Amino acid sequence: MSILIDEGTRLLVQGITGSEGGFYTHGCIEYGTNVVAGVTPGKGGSLWAEKVPVFNTVENAVRETGANASIIFVPAAFAADAAFEAAYAGLSPIILITEFIPTLDMARVRNFVKEKGVYLIGPNCPGVISPGKCKAGIMIPQAFMPGRVGVISRSGTLTYEVAAMLTEKEIGQSTCVGVGGDQIPGTTMAEVLALFEKDAETDAVVLIGEIGGGFEQTAAEFIREKMSKPVVAFIAGSTAPPGRRMGHAGAIVTGKEGRAEEKKKALADAGATVVDTPPELSDMIKKVLNSEN
Amino acid sequence: MRIHEYQAKKFLADYGVSVPRGAMAKTAAEAAGIAKELGGRVVIKAQIHAGARGKAGGIKTVDSPDEAERETSSLLGSRLKTHQTGEEGLIVNSVLVEEALNSIKELYLGIAIDSATGAPLLMASEAGGMEIEQIAEKTPEKIVKCHVDPGTLQLRGFQAREIGFGLKLGDKERAAVIDIVPRLCSLFVEKDCSLAEINPLSVTADGRVLAVDAKLNFDDSALYRHADIKELYDPHQENELEMMAKKKGIASYVKLEGDIGSMVNGAGLAMAVMDAIKHIGGKPANFLDLGTVNNPERVLNAFKIIASDPGVKCILVNIFGGMARVDVITRGLVEAYSQIDIKVPVVARLKGTNAAEGERILSESGINLIKADAFHEAIEKAVTAASGNVLG
Repeated sequence: MSILIDEGTRLLVQGITGSEGGFYTHGCIEYGTNVVAGVTPGKGGSLWAEKVPVFNTVENAVRETGANASIIFVPAAFAADAAFEAAYAGLSPIILITEFIPTLDMARVRNFVKEKGVYLIGPNCPGVISPGKCKAGIMIPQAFMPGRVGVISRSGTLTYEVAAMLTEKEIGQSTCVGVGGDQIPGTTMAEVLALFEKDAETDAVVLIGEIGGGFEQTAAEFIREKMSKPVVAFIAGSTAPPGRRMGHAGAIVTGKEGRAEEKKKALADAGATVVDTPPELSDMIKKVLNSEN
Repeated sequence: MRIHEYQAKKFLADYGVSVPRGAMAKTAAEAAGIAKELGGRVVIKAQIHAGARGKAGGIKTVDSPDEAERETSSLLGSRLKTHQTGEEGLIVNSVLVEEALNSIKELYLGIAIDSATGAPLLMASEAGGMEIEQIAEKTPEKIVKCHVDPGTLQLRGFQAREIGFGLKLGDKERAAVIDIVPRLCSLFVEKDCSLAEINPLSVTADGRVLAVDAKLNFDDSALYRHADIKELYDPHQENELEMMAKKKGIASYVKLEGDIGSMVNGAGLAMAVMDAIKHIGGKPANFLDLGTVNNPERVLNAFKIIASDPGVKCILVNIFGGMARVDVITRGLVEAYSQIDIKVPVVARLKGTNAAEGERILSESGINLIKADAFHEAIEKAVTAASGNVLG
């Protein structure tokens, strides 16, 4: 049992016939993920890459194939609707890779998935990988190895970089979750922490936050009140000027809580170990794990 | 996306929120004409995409059309520097000429996205006229808040009343606030704002309640469904290098004041690189996220932009990931060396697919890069190179 996805995941790909959807689906299948269906409205009845049946609707795909999770590569203007469709069908997790989805569309989507009680990861994220078991995302597999450290990140490339640094030191990962860089994520870092806390295969968590929003503060609250496992954190963007968007839609310092220093302080006060640069994460995790044992 | 105050007030007026009488002027003569029409005292407000203009001399109250003309001509064409603009300031290409008002009370009214709850958050305060962050720090008890239901994105009547009764107001003013709050909320939702602020919302001596200053920011990702907003884009309010980067398809570039330029794939990693530079005493010159690296031309263009910043003493290239193809990036680098006269040292850490092929292209080209293998090694070499020390 890892969190969100494992050997039991039967993945459906929304937007499988698009170039991005197709490209990354190949990557997931190569990794060993059980991709059972694709959905592209109007292309139902065909077979993608001679192996994956394509359906017109998610409902249809679920009925025919028993899919239990979804990954979405649909263009931004249609992505919120695709997420609703997956949530209506009760799929969980729903992994929303698409970037540039309007924020208010995501307000509606997040509200709905909370009501339905399903997990939506993203948008604007690299996806989820449980190394050695299942990959539902766009990340490079070489950076990861199976193990007992959970990773939560708002950034894509930084996740690969950190995972590779961990892997290089032979610190394997239970699950790595890219929650995405947008202002309204389907699942917050605090919510993923709650999953790791309950996960029998996770001993410690690496949390990679960044400027903007108050996600790290709510994560800190969870750490203080409910987290028994050690958390080591890095917050990107200490040098970012206020009021400027640093790539990600959510990475902008507007108020006091958005500043890297505030987030670091909140996490440290809550009992997390906070480091200043990514390479320190792997050393610190090792230290923390050793002192636990 | 940001727009000017006069444009924001037009949206507010369209949604039935009272704004002062006035008009935008692009010349001093136009400003004089508007002042004459308004009669009496008027306010000349420099139009730039930043706040805190008053302290920077961007807002002048004048008594005559002649004075309006003089003040406008001194503002137009100047660069206004406030604590929100950065060192260079922003160019004033237009002014807003408005009736001068006698405010007896200044309120704050604003809506923004509250990421913690995933819903728009409405905030109001009696302590208007200063920035909401300042109100939050100095008198947090004076802020009244309520969330807009994220499912319907509509404000309920009782919520507007909660805001109205939450502020210390007279009956007439309260009625005006209760009327304005849902209008601002509709505007925020229907136009896909990321921020909608009326600050101050002024109560005048003659009993009117008006939006004296207004700020609307829009969600860039939603612009595709708002042609009316898209056309208000003002390129003159952007940094030239940043605009060039946008045109050349670079995902994101933000100019900073330091001397180590960087080119990175991924926003989080780009920030982490800047932080690590600063951590060991260096000064980052920019934030640059290349985005998906799929063609050498984008690398070339990014290089051109970084190299054209005269403050840059060293360029650090940090590429990592499976999507990043090192051969493609190396081709871009070689092309950059052949097209631009690169006078500063370049430190490169290139990790990704086809690294061997990249190595071959690099050695055949004969260009002289400082290579690095590990993350911290790349940062250290860049900081050393920028300080002018010879690398061993």
